[in-house]
Amino acid sequence: MNARELILGRLRASAVTEIPALPVMKDWYGAHQRDEDAVQRIQRLRSVLEAVHTEVHDTTESDWPSLLLRLASAKGLRNLLIGDNTTHGDTLQAVAQESLDLIRYDKSIEDWRDVLFDNIDASLTCARSAIAETGSLILWPDAAEPRLMSLVPPVHFVLLDTRKIYADFYQAITAEGWKDAMPTNALLISGPSKTADIQQTLAYGAHGPRELVVLFCHESVKGESL
Amino acid sequence: MSQVIHFHPDADFKARSLAAVQDPGQRKNFRGAMDFLQDKRRVQFPDQLELEGLRDIGSAIRRNSLARLPELLVQLETRMTANGIQVHWAATADEANAIAIEIARRVNARTIAKGKSMVSEEIEFNHAMKAAGIEAFETDMGEYIVELAGEKPSHIIMPAIHKTKQAIAALFAEKIPGVAYTEDVDELIKIGRQALRRKFADADIGLSGANFLVAETGTICLVENEGNGRLCTTVPRVHIAVTGIEKVLEKLEHVLPLYSLLTRSATGQSITTYFNLISRPRQPGEKDGPEEVHLILLDNGRSQAYADEQLRATLQCIRCGACMNHCPVYARIGGHAYGTTYPGPIGAIVSPHMMGLDATYPLAFASTLCGACVEVCPVKIPITDILVRLRNEAQARPETASLRGSGAGRSKLASAFWAGWTLVYSRLKVYRLTSWLLSRGHALSPIEQGAWTYSRTALKPAPKRLRDLLKDRKP
Ligand code: SF4
Repeated sequence: MNARELILGRLRASAVTEIPALPVMKDWYGAHQRDEDAVQRIQRLRSVLEAVHTEVHDTTESDWPSLLLRLASAKGLRNLLIGDNTTHGDTLQAVAQESLDLIRYDKSIEDWRDVLFDNIDASLTCARSAIAETGSLILWPDAAEPRLMSLVPPVHFVLLDTRKIYADFYQAITAEGWKDAMPTNALLISGPSKTADIQQTLAYGAHGPRELVVLFCHESVKGESL
Repeated sequence: MSQVIHFHPDADFKARSLAAVQDPGQRKNFRGAMDFLQDKRRVQFPDQLELEGLRDIGSAIRRNSLARLPELLVQLETRMTANGIQVHWAATADEANAIAIEIARRVNARTIAKGKSMVSEEIEFNHAMKAAGIEAFETDMGEYIVELAGEKPSHIIMPAIHKTKQAIAALFAEKIPGVAYTEDVDELIKIGRQALRRKFADADIGLSGANFLVAETGTICLVENEGNGRLCTTVPRVHIAVTGIEKVLEKLEHVLPLYSLLTRSATGQSITTYFNLISRPRQPGEKDGPEEVHLILLDNGRSQAYADEQLRATLQCIRCGACMNHCPVYARIGGHAYGTTYPGPIGAIVSPHMMGLDATYPLAFASTLCGACVEVCPVKIPITDILVRLRNEAQARPETASLRGSGAGRSKLASAFWAGWTLVYSRLKVYRLTSWLLSRGHALSPIEQGAWTYSRTALKPAPKRLRDLLKDRKP
């Protein structure tokens, strides 16, 4: 008998006298909603993100490229990894300056792994949405913005449209219909990589990015005044 | 830890725990770490009502999934296969390792980068790979430290919890070429990061565990802070996940409360840095991610726990470690004294199914039954009831034995004592006579009373029985 039949056989032969009822998730999360408006929700996301060492900047759809360039130069970055064929990547390329080398993730990892691991200072990706409760950015990496962009470069910039912030994880997966559309890889990112494995002392920049910088793109031009 | 399987449990466990309690440095490390983790957890659950509600939900989801385990495993397999993930089944640790070796040989793999996985410790994965000529290396900082020191994890969440930063500083300076002694934690982490970075880039296979498996979507969920788990599951051409058959949940939404309970109970974080959901290998056009994803579903004794409706609750565990963080015994003897992959209260109740009760029954007795573990367990496993049950199993007569190794702790003296006890307490006349004899002969009671008098004064019957005192009482 193969292992599959053996294991399933043993499990099926075991008595099950009762199947406990499943809780209704909708009721639980519905009962734990906060009474907050969009502005409060943005604030909540911001404060949770900042509490775990994440840099947050307010900007707008038209201003973010110049803000990003200022931040990159302040951080002394030599280059920035951008996606291939993304609107925001193209927008940035249009205003790019000589001091910051824009590199496109336009080939398979096998063809340039060493460069990615050794020579890329930072990356820019877009977040699909975010979760205020836990301070999480949701990313669904794809062909245009592959998985390693948010992982290998030491500094990770994320563009977030502040209209896409959910109160909690449950709202995010139901509103976006995750269960019927799971991508190859879905990610929640809640801060820069970290570890407390040495005497419970928290240290940032374990194996992933040391810095996580989130650009809150607000719809209006009032950006900085929020 | 193959040597552990052969140890004489009682003597070795006693010797190891005695050595541990007599090591003041280690006691201080564990006490400090336990206080720290308990505080962090407490802060995460300020609202007792919310906590209890969430524990009820977590427990119900786990119990429901277990009740439908065979059906959910088949659903998971069907869904994953449709997604392009290859599902393998392993009845034993050896079978699981053999599956991994076969995959490694087929793709000509020389190195395997490992994310944190207690199941890989359970099956002694690194050892098996080494024997097959394949280098498997740890990438989680804690696991990396423990591996460098030639040790084993002493905690399921924080593997190097027994080590001070001074010890780690000395270890790095000794073992990593070109590294000078430093106690700066940021610097030490940087050193670890640097030492492993190249190896990630060159690894042929990435190995991970799984925190949850979702049947409806065919998804592997991984919880971590460092990013090494994501590297292991994204950079190499092949990703192998190895985990226990009990990890499956029916729906994606069921993951949410359990994930929240897990991180808050384990390290007192509202969420971890990364939550990584993998549902497919690399698709055409995608530029990174493994071309092959394998899932190895491991039994290794779990179906024995499953067969018994009381012991089945053991499989509800989501491996948060809160039970050990709150256990007065674990805090004093640390993780290594247990001699098992999983230490603490969860180790005492799950290890008998993996290694046999004969090799592990003393662990069931290494508990005060104070119930701290039951109070904090996020999925409400009745740990103390299971400990008592395992104590009984250890004393069971061969004909009533239901577990591998049942009855191994049976002693003639103890059996005779309990037979006598039963006789005395089930017959009034015998009871009266015995109590009369004991009270009259109280001065003769022995000063040495086995384990009881190691650290307590001897028991002595009162000179007068309660019934005598009542009789003498003046109205
Ligand atoms: S038994 Fe409960 S408290 Fe202990 S590790 Fe498992 S889930 Fe956590």
